[in-house]
Amino acid sequence: MTETASVALTASVSPLAIEAVGVVKTFPGVLANDHVDFDVRPGEIHALLGENGAGKSTLMNVLAGLYRPDEGGVRVGGEDVAFRSPRDAIAAGIGMVHQHFALVPSQTVTENVLLGLDRPRFRLDLRRSEAEVGRLARDVGLRVDPRARIWQLSVGEQQRVEIIKLLFHGARVLILDEPTAVLAPQETAELFATLRSMVGAGRSVVFISHKLGEVLAIADRITVMRAGRVTAAGIDPKTVTRADLARLMVGRSVLERLKRTAVEPGRVVLSVDDVTADNDRGLPALHGASLQVHAGEIVGVAAVAGNGQSELAQVITGMRTCAGRVTIDGRDVAARPARESIEAGVGHVPEDRAGVGSAPNLSLVDNLIMRAFRHPPLARGPLLDDGAARHKATELQRAFAIAAPTIDAPVRILSGGNLQRLILAREIDSAPKLLVAVQPTRGLDIGAIEGVHQLLLDLRARGTAILLISEELDELLALADRILVMYEGRVSASFDTPTGADIATIGLHMTGGEA
Amino acid sequence: MIVRLEPRGEPPVWLSPLLTVIALIVALAIGAVVLGFVGGDPVRAYLHILDAAFGDIGVLSDTLVKATPLILTGLACALAFRMRLWNIGAEGQFLLGAWGASAVVLFPLVPDGAPAIVVIPAMMVGGALAGALWGVIPGVLRARLGVNEIITTLMLNYVALAWIQFWVFGPWSEGGFQQTATFPKEAWLPRLTDFGKQVPAFGGLTTHLGLVFALIAAAVLAVVVSRTRWGYEMRLIGDNARAARYAGVDIAKYVIVVFAISGALAGLAGMSEVSGVVHRLQDRISPGYGFTAIIIAYLARFGPWRVVFASVLFGALILAGREIQPSGVPAMIQGVILFCLIAAEALVRYRIVIGRRAATSVPT
Repeated sequence: MTETASVALTASVSPLAIEAVGVVKTFPGVLANDHVDFDVRPGEIHALLGENGAGKSTLMNVLAGLYRPDEGGVRVGGEDVAFRSPRDAIAAGIGMVHQHFALVPSQTVTENVLLGLDRPRFRLDLRRSEAEVGRLARDVGLRVDPRARIWQLSVGEQQRVEIIKLLFHGARVLILDEPTAVLAPQETAELFATLRSMVGAGRSVVFISHKLGEVLAIADRITVMRAGRVTAAGIDPKTVTRADLARLMVGRSVLERLKRTAVEPGRVVLSVDDVTADNDRGLPALHGASLQVHAGEIVGVAAVAGNGQSELAQVITGMRTCAGRVTIDGRDVAARPARESIEAGVGHVPEDRAGVGSAPNLSLVDNLIMRAFRHPPLARGPLLDDGAARHKATELQRAFAIAAPTIDAPVRILSGGNLQRLILAREIDSAPKLLVAVQPTRGLDIGAIEGVHQLLLDLRARGTAILLISEELDELLALADRILVMYEGRVSASFDTPTGADIATIGLHMTGGEA
Repeated sequence: MIVRLEPRGEPPVWLSPLLTVIALIVALAIGAVVLGFVGGDPVRAYLHILDAAFGDIGVLSDTLVKATPLILTGLACALAFRMRLWNIGAEGQFLLGAWGASAVVLFPLVPDGAPAIVVIPAMMVGGALAGALWGVIPGVLRARLGVNEIITTLMLNYVALAWIQFWVFGPWSEGGFQQTATFPKEAWLPRLTDFGKQVPAFGGLTTHLGLVFALIAAAVLAVVVSRTRWGYEMRLIGDNARAARYAGVDIAKYVIVVFAISGALAGLAGMSEVSGVVHRLQDRISPGYGFTAIIIAYLARFGPWRVVFASVLFGALILAGREIQPSGVPAMIQGVILFCLIAAEALVRYRIVIGRRAATSVPT
């Protein structure tokens, strides 16, 4: 690739775009960055690869001025800098798109882009600014309407707004934290094209990810972090394989080996029939969705974020009202409170682990008994048997290997993987007839993902019906017996795995290509 | 040089109580500075408060009398606050409770000349029901329509006061004064002094049966919040309402029920005050017990037994503070205590870092 060669050439003469030197950052009890060196050349895409908790985001937050390093420093264009805030960083041309976007939903794209800028000084000429924003967006190939309000946009479009915002504020180095986590395959391809055109124009991109395939596809150089340290610095993607990267990332060789037994699907457990529901904004999210899940079957749902899959899970678990029929083993739970679904035998691994699936300041005990507390042995009349509750918590903590100091610790201190194991432990322990699992492995590291996958397969082997909603097509292909594609609130296609499905066709359906 | 707040990791369990004690000490110190500034001798003032509140059995009894309505209203607030229901209407619920208990005597809702064993329980029911009603109104509005309970409970305080004034100036006025006639003896809660003949040591002590109600209420609540499924479900709602809904908890039902119980407790405080202390209804029946209760609930960090201790402390402050100055100093100290407590709350989660860490120069 000639481009890489020219980059290498210019790097030797022009200073580095940004450089972290010996960065140390500790949080109470955690050494997040341990003398980390990292550099980005002008006009390159530098991928930062690592598991969750490896220290990638911490390092990037140091570069973006959000954290100050305990030791070490940052250089921009060869000059030492000491950012005191993200404002200083953006003034130096460093901008970051976080995993959770910082946009004002009720305002337009242009208003969001202008937010935090010193100009225009006083009078806001929105027309002119809209034209400027529109021009900039076109130049870098980001399709977005400058007058649209943020809440009307899909997650992918919102991401584009974040990027435009940084460019408008003069960013020369863009740091993107797991940008593809929320994108469909086609959107990812578009993003990659945009990133290429931006580095072609001399900007630099830091691309944070834990997806090996993407990193190999887009990066000019790769740096791998593990447990707060750099395990491989600036390697050329052409010289490594996926297996090499995986080993550098987790410190051991990982190849998912799932024990998958043949299970003959049994009776229909979940039946969703012509269900209609609105989303949080009161807009129609499900229009006549129908599907069935049998005992001992994993049905995967593939969809781009915002096509009704979250609402589908909420309707089944009683978290959202709806019209139509939803039956669990023949019992109609449509538009009934969550309690009805629970009593009907529905387990639920919610999309939002911390916000819905757990009470962050309560203990492991309190969080582990959320399903079991209504029935003996935990319930004794109106009383709650504390001893029985602690016994259950201790057992589940051991059986599911939930790493926590004690069962009395608040669950907010758990890592993402451990919190997810806690939720799975609780839901699986309730012996559900149907498990609704939404993005069960999002944000987990490779080791944890394998554990979650095996738990789901074991549950399937015991005859539980499982509805698995995931944005990871690889995950659906590995686990599901059938994959349903949802597009605009309906089930638009169905594929039998492993024979009748390939990523390209599914991806096309996800974006409405053959609807 | 700058001062920054940095998030702590996991705060140790002893930190929160320690900060509460420190906040109290700081508040008293600030109060001392103000006292000194206006020419008083803070040490003497505080010693005087101590002596006037706990100095002998007589004043201790008076302190407990002041603490009784504070315990009940404090429990009312603490219970609601646990679920993050900001019931700041304990004052109004207290007034309605006082009215409900008075109504039993004055309408009368029990036959004239009924014995105390009938009248007192009827007054308790009347007071608790009226208070509960006053709590259920904002509870239903919040649960069904999402109306902010801070606004409704605050506003209902004024409605309650106007309601009381209407009755004591109008239908129940005794000879044109803004108070009712004194209740018959059967409507008086028994006091220690009533047993002065049998136990001479009780002579002159005004502590009344309301204190026992308050302690029973604290004991019951302590069991409910820590040992029952209801307490567990309330804990879930208080920490994360979405998780509670996910766990199948009927949040709307809890909001209404908790508001009803909270109102009933404050109403019972009103009953205990008219029946145990004043023996009539008057428009200035409360010196702001329902508002002091908010501070008490915070100071106690919503723990029922801690509410009892905090109430005794505030009872002493109200009682003895009057000896220094009728209203200014005790009210000032109460306010400063609340501010210090709120400031301390932040310190549980954050540590103060003074001085900027110099940007480390890059080693060359």
